[in-house]
Amino acid sequence: MSSELSFYVHIPYCARRCGYCDFNTYTPSELSISSDLSGVSRTYIDQLIKEIEFAHRTLTQDGSHSPITVPTIFFGGGTPTLMEPTDLGRVISAIGNHFDLANGAEITTEANPDTVTPATLEALREAGINRISFGMQSAATHVLAALDRTHKPENVERAVVGARAAGFDEVSVDLIYGAPGESLSDWEATVDSALALPITHISAYALIVEDGTKLGAQVKRGEVVMPDDDETADKYLLADEKFTGAGFDWYELSNWSKPGSHCRHNMAYWNGSNWWGVGPGAHSHVDGRRFWNVKHPRAYGERINAGADPKADEEFLDAQARASENVMLRIRLREGLRILDLPQSDRLDELEDYARAGFIDQESWRENRIVLTRTGRLIADRIVRSILF
Amino acid sequence: MPAIPLANAPQPAATSPAQIRNFCIIAHIDHGKSTLADRMLGITEVVEQRNMRAQYLDRMDIERERGITIKSQAVRLPWRSGIDGQEYILNMIDTPGHVDFTYEVSRSLAACEGAVLLVDCAQGIEAQTLANLYLAMENNLTIIPVLNKIDLPAAQPEKFAEELSKLIGCKPEEVLRVSGKTGVGVEELLDQIVAQIPAPVGDATAPTRALIFDSVYDSYRGVVTYVRVVDGKLTPRDQIQMFSTGVRHEALEVGVISPEPVVSKGLGVGEVGYVITGVKDVRQSRVGDTITMYNNPAKQALAGYKDPRPMVFSGLFPLDGADFPLLREALDKLQLNDAALVYEPESSAALGFGFRCGFLGLLHMEIVRERLERESNLSLISTAPNVVYNVTSGDGKEIVVTNPSEYPDGKIEKVEEPIVRATVLAPSEFIGTIMELCQERRGVLLGMDYLSEDRVEIRYTLPLAEIVFDFFDQLKSRTRGYASLDYEPVGVAEADLVKVDILLQGEKVDAFSAIVHKDKAYAYGTMMTGKLRELIPRQQFEIPIQAAIGGRIIARESIRAIRKDVLAKCYGGDISRKRKLLEKQKEGKKRMKMVGRVEVPQEAFVAALTTDADIDKAKAKAKE
Repeated sequence: MSSELSFYVHIPYCARRCGYCDFNTYTPSELSISSDLSGVSRTYIDQLIKEIEFAHRTLTQDGSHSPITVPTIFFGGGTPTLMEPTDLGRVISAIGNHFDLANGAEITTEANPDTVTPATLEALREAGINRISFGMQSAATHVLAALDRTHKPENVERAVVGARAAGFDEVSVDLIYGAPGESLSDWEATVDSALALPITHISAYALIVEDGTKLGAQVKRGEVVMPDDDETADKYLLADEKFTGAGFDWYELSNWSKPGSHCRHNMAYWNGSNWWGVGPGAHSHVDGRRFWNVKHPRAYGERINAGADPKADEEFLDAQARASENVMLRIRLREGLRILDLPQSDRLDELEDYARAGFIDQESWRENRIVLTRTGRLIADRIVRSILF
Repeated sequence: MPAIPLANAPQPAATSPAQIRNFCIIAHIDHGKSTLADRMLGITEVVEQRNMRAQYLDRMDIERERGITIKSQAVRLPWRSGIDGQEYILNMIDTPGHVDFTYEVSRSLAACEGAVLLVDCAQGIEAQTLANLYLAMENNLTIIPVLNKIDLPAAQPEKFAEELSKLIGCKPEEVLRVSGKTGVGVEELLDQIVAQIPAPVGDATAPTRALIFDSVYDSYRGVVTYVRVVDGKLTPRDQIQMFSTGVRHEALEVGVISPEPVVSKGLGVGEVGYVITGVKDVRQSRVGDTITMYNNPAKQALAGYKDPRPMVFSGLFPLDGADFPLLREALDKLQLNDAALVYEPESSAALGFGFRCGFLGLLHMEIVRERLERESNLSLISTAPNVVYNVTSGDGKEIVVTNPSEYPDGKIEKVEEPIVRATVLAPSEFIGTIMELCQERRGVLLGMDYLSEDRVEIRYTLPLAEIVFDFFDQLKSRTRGYASLDYEPVGVAEADLVKVDILLQGEKVDAFSAIVHKDKAYAYGTMMTGKLRELIPRQQFEIPIQAAIGGRIIARESIRAIRKDVLAKCYGGDISRKRKLLEKQKEGKKRMKMVGRVEVPQEAFVAALTTDADIDKAKAKAKE
């Protein structure tokens, strides 16, 4: 194995489920546990620590003792801040005990702006977390309602300012656009209010309607009408323009940051680096092998407590799959894709058309790279299909 | 019980003409012909009860499913008359029941002395039945009018007996009433066939003449030719000769159908049966041709032979280009059994390699396509059907155009198109609607007659091209299904026609070109460009869609460029899923045809070339 391994730590709990969310997360009532999740934090974190030990055994079983450095850790969910900050700290320590936690490692947690207080923020810093990402989603109450979010817009500012005061230098907000009932000016107001915050990073996602979610069912039944894709495209252009104007540069299709403040953990996914995901349903990638854990927290707990591998399934990427993933992921990045790395060399005419039509940045094209322009990013999947088949 | 045990019945080649009655049943689809035929097989006991199945005589799945007869058959039924107590042989010659097969019908009629005119007494006579009735009357056949389905609650026997009596000039009470379903009146009908229909007349000593009224390819036996002996006789080992081609064959086997093939010592004057010569292709044994003896040929053929002439042409293309050889094989096989089917290879820039096929009419086309798809497991795209045009170009050159792509560019001196005489039968409340439709379709009214108080027969001449283009669907929908249509070709007429091309991003899409009347060119252009705008998914550039006559644009639409085609999120756990989605999309892209730089889903071709109802389906598919 190469010498670096990031960790993704999944916290599969939420106080309640949002209508659009298809992540592997559970509410207390779904799990028939007490509504304040009391007592869950400790036992659950114990399980995660066992998986970290399992990861270490697995990666060193070939007898190699070359040190494995951990450059980033990311607590995601679910709602990681439903766990005790000290328990998150135990995860970090466990990683540090078995691996070589890099100096200045990026350690992020996602957080719900409603549930953090100055005290919890302090405690999170104390636990070793140095980057925090708030689910802001929107500044418009009716949009938040459409998304089933419970937080009040004004809590976001309090949370962000509180995080800065607690010593977080890297603060990010997540935004969602294209929700039912969101106008272009709603979105503009959201973008403006995000930019008014003392943050270093923004993720902005067009809402994806997923099968199996409440929103998906509502759309299928015709109860909710999704805004059309052209309007969503306009929102992307507006956001990209405003973010860029405020000094946030895009580094991935849906991510913008102040110089040097990009999320190193996410870059690891997109660069094809190695990471281990601990927790139920978490995905991992180690040297061309992708594997993922059993989904349900109970099944996961049973496996872990029995000392068994929590893996549900795995796949080995052949050269073609790797090449496809490389195109699919790198085309979304500011660095772009080298023409040299294209799996098929016969697509240059089509790409030339894209470049001429303004979807590929002219300058990069002349330097034999594919870097997408704003309008190009909006049709990135189509360009990927042109390249791959 | 007047049935005769088969072994005791008069035997083929030993039955005097006086004992023979040859008849057919003229009926519309759904009027119960097959059920009545089944009942006759049962009552005469040629089929044992336990072997009976519905629509016994319809051999192809397609025939049973659609309730139509594509190929005719002849069944020998022994019957002891309840009137005079004598033994008779009834030959029931089944006739195809559709407008496309008028010629085949006429040959079946020519093999009979009488016809049972069978009409559903809840619906009354339909246009095709009427047309076939006229055909039977022209052939001097004795007509026995029969109302079927008298067991139905909705039956109106008085009304329709009146109608039939007017048509054939008999008394209403002479119209028989039967129920094929319950069997009521069927024995009486058999007795009346004996009593009313004349026995065949022929010269047993004259050189043999036998009329071919059908020929069917059987993969085990080769071509089975159905004949009616007019003069002389046919016996096994005879050296026979086909009049039209002069080709000589040996009669390897002669027999009758009862209703399974039974080998016989031969067939005498007036008898109906089959001959097998070992030929492998129905075109060597043509419907309407006369069989005679090689060593003692008749001087004159029986009258009425015609070469089958395709009236409607369409391109058939495999959805998957790799299936082209399979399509060729399937067509070759089908042609063994279908002398009217013609085809030649064609290549289309948009659809790849396929065949230009000629058919007798729309139903024939549909049946061929369905059989190709079903029997050879092919998925096909067919281009819009068109008729045959005689085009004289500016320099006086005459060409026959069966495909819009052959239509000459530049100055056209004259274009002739085929014309038909159409008969529509409908309740009189629809007269206005029907005349409006025929007028829209460049029809010229020939006349109108009341069949009964509230039913009319309307006659028009119409360009065949207009009928080919969804006329029947329109007629049905505008008359709530009550109108029926029949037509027959009556020649050609000069018309003001133009070729309309459809261009995608400036590139002509040959599959969408059409020859239309000048006054309809604009309508065709807007319809087609509009359809395509709906059917072609947005792409990363704007796609102009134009309709043009020569260099002149007559209609235009455009498909706006797609602006968003990306999934916003792609994190660690999404990567596998996203890659698999891509692989699935790869399959989708295979189903796209490239027209220049434009990706056109195959469903779009199919839907653009068919009627409106199919479009929604294609759109739904294209979005998947």
